[in-house]
Amino acid sequence: MAKKTVVSSTINGSSTEFLCEPRQSLLEVLRDTLHLTGSKEGCNNGNCGACTVLMDGKPVLSCLVLGVEAEGAKIETVESLAKNGQLAPVQQCFLEGAALQCGICTPGFLMATKALLEKFPQPTEHDIRFHLANNLCRCTGYDKIVKSVQACATAVR
Amino acid sequence: MKDFGYAAPESLGEASRLLQHAAGSVKILAGGTDIIVQLREGMREADLVVDVKKVPELQELTFSATHGLRLGASVPCHRVYEHPQLVAAYSALVDASKIIGGWQIQSRASVGGNLCNSSPAADTIPALIAHHAWCEIASPRGKRTVAVEQFCTAPGKNVLQKGELLVAIVFPPSLSHSGSAYERFIPRNEMDIAVVGVGSRVQLNATGDTIEFARIGVGAVAPTPKYAQEASEWLAGKPATEEFFAQAGELAKKIASPISDMRGTAEYRTHLVGVMVKRTLLKAAERAKVFINH
Repeated sequence: MAKKTVVSSTINGSSTEFLCEPRQSLLEVLRDTLHLTGSKEGCNNGNCGACTVLMDGKPVLSCLVLGVEAEGAKIETVESLAKNGQLAPVQQCFLEGAALQCGICTPGFLMATKALLEKFPQPTEHDIRFHLANNLCRCTGYDKIVKSVQACATAVR
Repeated sequence: MKDFGYAAPESLGEASRLLQHAAGSVKILAGGTDIIVQLREGMREADLVVDVKKVPELQELTFSATHGLRLGASVPCHRVYEHPQLVAAYSALVDASKIIGGWQIQSRASVGGNLCNSSPAADTIPALIAHHAWCEIASPRGKRTVAVEQFCTAPGKNVLQKGELLVAIVFPPSLSHSGSAYERFIPRNEMDIAVVGVGSRVQLNATGDTIEFARIGVGAVAPTPKYAQEASEWLAGKPATEEFFAQAGELAKKIASPISDMRGTAEYRTHLVGVMVKRTLLKAAERAKVFINH
């Protein structure tokens, strides 16, 4: 077994050190080592987006990042959204817009939406569909998700 | 995923030495969006993974109107399409970088990695061919250069030998009255693999009605992406009209030797080469009319 490496990252605003093997993905580290189980494992090959987290502000698929690559990086997971028991606006809008059913894809959609609204505070429907194309949902049919993102953009304006 | 060692060298010399002297199989990690999947699914094996993102030369993105573009091999796609000057000067590259995977993939995947993965359907390679880009390869023995159209040798294979590393992709300057475009045909709007992908570039005369030269790169219709040399050279001196672009499309079909699979039959793909060559030439010519290099 390859030697475990000490990795130092900022995860959800806190300086965090963890030990991991080179073959472990960031998703495995988040879920199994750090017990941040919000990020979900869907396809584990980069197609579904359920494991989306922000790495230095950019949305990435944590199943396609090695834990060791997080050295020095700033990672944000879905656990960073709600503060003191209050949902973030994007969570509130998904909830009110019924933009979820089984919920597996939701943390990934929320993180991609957070990044989207930072890049495009007033996104067009095309912007939304294009930027969320790497997030798959097998329940909602996407329309409610798109409408909830639009509602969130309006709410935070 | 099988066990492997990991190294993240911080200089080109250190990276070269690691690649040269490592025992067993070594794989290079840039964005990781292909190699991590391949290692996990057992399609490739590694005893050592060398993460090259910390090598400064591989993160370099240098553009000037007079010297062209130097694109480090591990520069992620988003840095290409977010660069305001590249959008006009290297439109085909920007089109391709925007369409690879989804946003999350573009945050990590690099043009250099797309080239080294050497898929016949890679989106950036036809665009690189259209831009007449070449590859700068380093090893402990020194540097060598290879034209992009010579780089891939078979599906998933390329000219890189043990100990060699793709450092950068180098682009000649983009001239006034030139334009380029990359488009692919896919059944969905996003997140699919090209059934056919075509990158085209044209250089027009100052009045914008005649083609001075053209370069067309075609993907997904042969074991490697191809330079459509005959069609490209035929266009020189021809009027920049839809009729001539359509004829270039017919000529480009000659280099297609596609497979049939669930995305399309060989006959369908060959037909699409004609359609996509015409479309990208038209778009490139439209862009050429508005692109004045300063």
